[in-house]
Amino acid sequence: MSAVLIAILVLLSLAVVFGLVLGFAAVKFKVEGNPIVDQIDDLLPQTQCGQCGHPGCRPYAEAIANGEQINKCPPGGQSTIEALADLLDVEAVPLDAEHGEESIKTVAYIREDECIGCTKCIQACPVDAILGAAKQMHTVIVSECTGCDLCVEPCPVDCIDMLPIETTLNNWKWTPPVPGVELIATDTGRSVAHASSKEGASS
Amino acid sequence: MSKIFAFHGGIHPPENKKQSTRAPIRLAPVPEQLTIPIQQHIGAPAKPCVHVGEQVLKGQMIAEAQGRISVSIHASSSGTITDISPQSVPHPSGLEAPCISIKTDGQDQWIPHQGLADYRSLPPLELINYIRNHGIAGMGGAGFPTDVKLHLGDDHIVNTLIINAAECEPYITADDMLIRERAEQIVGGIEVINYLLNPTHILIGIEDNKAHAIRVLEDALRHTKLNIDIVVVPTKYPSGGEKQLVRLLTGVEVPSGRIPADVGIVCQNIGTVAAINQAVHHGTPLISRIVTVTGGAVGKPQNLEALIGTPINDLLETAQVNHNTLSRLVMGGPMMGFTIEDDAIPIIKTSNCIIAAVKEEMPPAPPSQACIRCGLCEQACPAELLPQQLFWFSKSREFEKAKHHNLFDCIECGACSYVCPSNIPLVQYYRFAKNEIRDEEAEQRKSDQARQRFEARQARLEQAVLDKEIRRKERAAQAAKTQAAKKASSETAAQTPEDNIKQLKTAAAITRTKLKKALSALEAAKADSSDNIAQLDLQYKQAEHAAEEAQKALELAESGIQAPATSVAPDIKQLKTQAAVARTKLKKAQQALKIAEDKGHDGADTLRATVAQLEEKSVAAQLVFANAETDAASSSSSNPLPALKESTDKALGTFKKAEAALETAIANSSPAAEKMKAGVEKLKAKYTEALAAQEAAETLSAPKATEAPAQSFEPQPTARTPADLKALKQNVSIMRTKLKKTETLLASAEADSEQAGELQQEIVRLTQLHKDAKAQLDAEEEGKIKAAAAQGIDLKKLKIDAALARAAVTKLERSIKKAQEAEPAELNALQTELLAAQQQATQFNNTLSQFE
Amino acid sequence: MALIRITSPHVHKPTSTAGIMRLVILATLPGILAMTFFFGWGTLINIVWASALAITFEALCIRARNRPLSFYLRDNSAILTAVLIALALPPFAPWWLTAVAVFVAIVIAKQLYGGIGQNPFNPAMVAYALVLISFPVEMTRWTAPFMLYGEGWNILAFTDTFSLIFGSWVEHADAFTSATPLDEMRHRGGLTTEEAWRASDVLANVGAWHAVSAAYAMGGVLLLYKKIFSWHTPAAFLLSLGGIATFFYIISPDTYADPFFHLTVGGTMLGAFFIATDPVSSATSNKGKIWFGIGIGSLIYIIRTWGNYPDAVAFSILLMNLAAPFIDQYTQPRAYGHKASKRGMKEKI
Repeated sequence: MSAVLIAILVLLSLAVVFGLVLGFAAVKFKVEGNPIVDQIDDLLPQTQCGQCGHPGCRPYAEAIANGEQINKCPPGGQSTIEALADLLDVEAVPLDAEHGEESIKTVAYIREDECIGCTKCIQACPVDAILGAAKQMHTVIVSECTGCDLCVEPCPVDCIDMLPIETTLNNWKWTPPVPGVELIATDTGRSVAHASSKEGASS
Repeated sequence: MSKIFAFHGGIHPPENKKQSTRAPIRLAPVPEQLTIPIQQHIGAPAKPCVHVGEQVLKGQMIAEAQGRISVSIHASSSGTITDISPQSVPHPSGLEAPCISIKTDGQDQWIPHQGLADYRSLPPLELINYIRNHGIAGMGGAGFPTDVKLHLGDDHIVNTLIINAAECEPYITADDMLIRERAEQIVGGIEVINYLLNPTHILIGIEDNKAHAIRVLEDALRHTKLNIDIVVVPTKYPSGGEKQLVRLLTGVEVPSGRIPADVGIVCQNIGTVAAINQAVHHGTPLISRIVTVTGGAVGKPQNLEALIGTPINDLLETAQVNHNTLSRLVMGGPMMGFTIEDDAIPIIKTSNCIIAAVKEEMPPAPPSQACIRCGLCEQACPAELLPQQLFWFSKSREFEKAKHHNLFDCIECGACSYVCPSNIPLVQYYRFAKNEIRDEEAEQRKSDQARQRFEARQARLEQAVLDKEIRRKERAAQAAKTQAAKKASSETAAQTPEDNIKQLKTAAAITRTKLKKALSALEAAKADSSDNIAQLDLQYKQAEHAAEEAQKALELAESGIQAPATSVAPDIKQLKTQAAVARTKLKKAQQALKIAEDKGHDGADTLRATVAQLEEKSVAAQLVFANAETDAASSSSSNPLPALKESTDKALGTFKKAEAALETAIANSSPAAEKMKAGVEKLKAKYTEALAAQEAAETLSAPKATEAPAQSFEPQPTARTPADLKALKQNVSIMRTKLKKTETLLASAEADSEQAGELQQEIVRLTQLHKDAKAQLDAEEEGKIKAAAAQGIDLKKLKIDAALARAAVTKLERSIKKAQEAEPAELNALQTELLAAQQQATQFNNTLSQFE
Repeated sequence: MALIRITSPHVHKPTSTAGIMRLVILATLPGILAMTFFFGWGTLINIVWASALAITFEALCIRARNRPLSFYLRDNSAILTAVLIALALPPFAPWWLTAVAVFVAIVIAKQLYGGIGQNPFNPAMVAYALVLISFPVEMTRWTAPFMLYGEGWNILAFTDTFSLIFGSWVEHADAFTSATPLDEMRHRGGLTTEEAWRASDVLANVGAWHAVSAAYAMGGVLLLYKKIFSWHTPAAFLLSLGGIATFFYIISPDTYADPFFHLTVGGTMLGAFFIATDPVSSATSNKGKIWFGIGIGSLIYIIRTWGNYPDAVAFSILLMNLAAPFIDQYTQPRAYGHKASKRGMKEKI
């Protein structure tokens, strides 16, 4: 009988001690902010385009930290998904087509002679990359544009074009070599994707 | 004799140099057309300083250096500038870049030029600037602006000058031949650099396969006072790589990511040295260079002194190329050069060799096999990397690991690819990986910046909201103060009719609140289906009655005040408020009705009756208001149109809401739908009335507007017309938005085909309305244009309108496209609409063209 | 004129994987000749049989993996694996033993990992280790070198050998089989090495093994000269084995065999020049290869002397194959322009 009591007492006291230790640690080593959100936010492309259904990249980062799927960011594409999967130690999944498809990078251009100076696009731009004033022609600061295309819809005269970033000598890239004869049955999907991406690059 | 240090790795590809050293250097003929890229060097492109059609002389500057790292470009021969536009340039991508095209006149007439009599009398900075202005950039391969390197003496201690004459790539003999024939130029150039950098050692690194050149150089060096060492290094590719040569000659390694100057060494290519000599002693800018034209497909392999900008085809023809056997055209050496597809590409300052290879010479690469990790690449790598590890990482896109394995120390010399038994294009993998890493870094930078901007914007917007709130509070406080003051003053004064109204208003409000309470109680009771519904209903009705009475009293009192009022404007205002109140009531009742209908309660009927009553009231109020307004419009001198339009808009808004309610009712297949429809019809009638009133007013004001400018230059009417137009335009745009919304509604409702039909009708109707508004706008516009024609103004506005019309057309087209996919039925409607829009657009365009 | 755009370099050294494999196979010729000379036709028959099987298995696997057949068959790697297996197995190994070994080597150790270049272990050694563990009786029965049977070149006739390998094993078995010198040394009971040398027929004829080892070494030197592999692995391997053996021999010559014995009997030379130098499964950098070789050499001595198996080349190499990626991570060369070499896979944060 007393042995049982002693055992219970010992366990209880142990529980108390550890509880105190844990409680102390929780207070003493409290993590400031939510670093995982910052880390996720770092990986997102910061286009602030809202295609994921969140108003900006940080809200999506917070949502991911709370368990949302990582495949809702079309501008980031597969590479972002992989980076997120790597960070969060989850399986990399293909991009959710519902939120859009990964497309070539674009930049907004305003056809300036058609602009009526309504400032609607300026209000829509999440990164303040459009310059102009009421009744004055607007223009896009190309180096700041993230290509989110949020300014296209508000334009009452449809004078904003999303143009693909032009390849010049400065941003031209070597293409990855095409693996010669390493096709196996399970590779066909990848090879098709590869071929199509190549076509995209050549066209 | 200096000691020679060895570097790791290296390969011994077949040299193929003998072919092109048999003949002396020949001058290449002046081509008909010179294409001179404005960027032939690393750094910022030069800025063209000539214009198309201008005559230029040989050696004239045609583009000047801009920015710290840049060099000038000079005309290689005399002639006319024909074009400044993107052309194919020597680059592995085969892309185009801005070039200046010169049609040569065959005179080859020099601009007056002369060398410096005594360069030592010039301060070094001026001499360096002189070299920069003579367009001298590294001629070995990268094309780094030479003046930047000569500046290095300022912030680095330069103790060794290395002249790179190794020329380790197979085939190329341009430097070899330059030494053989023009050694004195090299010595002269070295003296100039020596003056600028003042190094303690000067070393010339040359491979031991150039015995003839070494002898000539030794002879030439006897004539100089400088202590110059010729260091003969064993022939091994890539001993001519800057870092490898530094190691070979000095035993020092250039730290990773740094330049040789950081360890007190400056390297210059031997061709650059000769070019410096020509510039300083003869005033000749860098407009020509020695190019080795060789390869199996060339009949007479030789070195040609070609003008910068000469198409390589001219050089190939001079060397008697055989186009039938030519299979690959390489610019640069076979190890690091790139293939070119277009033989109109010009020679630039860094083009040292052109290889026209036959198929046997450079066979197409066999398909790459699997890496067997044989390690031959590692034995060959001059940068002591692990090429196969880098290959695995690049292939699997593990760039982080590739970077850790010093990918960026790779000099892309191609030694690993050369020795690979599995024919893996290793260099291409590394270039790809480097590109991707740089890209990722750039993107990271960009996204960081975007984040900063986004956050700054968010903060700004939040601050704006806060500021607004603060201002609002301040204003409220101010208003309260004045109110209190007013109250204090009015307290003493006799009761005015206004006070009376106020009281009445309060009473009406109280009864309204009561009514509301009764209503909610009734609702609750109904939801509970309790017994006392009847009682509550009674209460509610009573309350309603009271409310109505109160309202009536209020209205009476108000109209009492209105009568003596001198100005019509405030009256209209009140009327408007009244109408708005009526509308709000109507809306609330409708909502209640909807809720009730949703619940399917019996009380719905009562509510419906209320709604009908309220509707009537609303209509009545609106009518009163409209009448008042028309009165005001006809009587007052103030501008009635905007107000009218507003009323129209409002009527439209009510109408629309009612319709929406009706739709929901229909969707719920409630019996009240019929009644509601009637209400909607009424509202519609009212709307058309308002519209008519507006039109009447407009026709009233329009002649005024058209007359006014013709008669005098009174500012008021002219100012008014645009304002009207604006309102009209707003009207039109609202219509459009509505149309669009209904369309989207239709698209979403497509599933229930019942609703779709209704919606379609709605669309047709809205389209009609839209057209009406548009037509109205057009008419107005027409009038305005007529008015404006007299003065010839407002073209910009017209343009905007045209743009709007065009946008409408494109938007319609888009929606048609969508409709084509979804529902062919509504296609016709949309198409007619599109036609109308198109007509409008063309009309606008026509008008516009008339003016323009 | 259709000009093609290709990345540099545009010239290529005329080497190929197939050529390297061919050269390695050629380098085994002296060893094959020596084996045939001393142990009869069995080796040759085994080589032909194993090669045929290897090509068949390889072809089936490539076909099953849906890859171009002739492209992969032409790289000669399957034949090289077959030759190495045949040389490692006893000369009179029954046909099914060879078949099992080749199957394991080609199908399991190579193709299942993704084919050439992807295998973490040396296929021949995986096969050898597997059959050694599964069929110890067959694997430990070596032929006695011909010297045991009187004067002259007196080996078993070709037809007899053929029927011995493909027919029934038991009838003739005892007449021609004997233990290897390493077996004798290992199972000498309480005898000292000196006594063992005197007592054993097999050890008396150890010269045959010396000769075979010398023949392998010849082939290895040829490959070194041709720069097919660098000197690092074999040198480290042989020096460490010899060094450890010398150390213990000096301590107690009665208990431990002499270093020359260790270096020249069993699979030492074959392993040093033909197995350990297999680039796919060995360490990458020169520094790494040295550690790799030292590891194999010491493991061989340890297992031979204190372990259960008389020879240990296969186990040692397989163990070091396992360690190769680890070695690679810590033996990266110092790149040009860097003060120190890097370690591990990622930058330390």
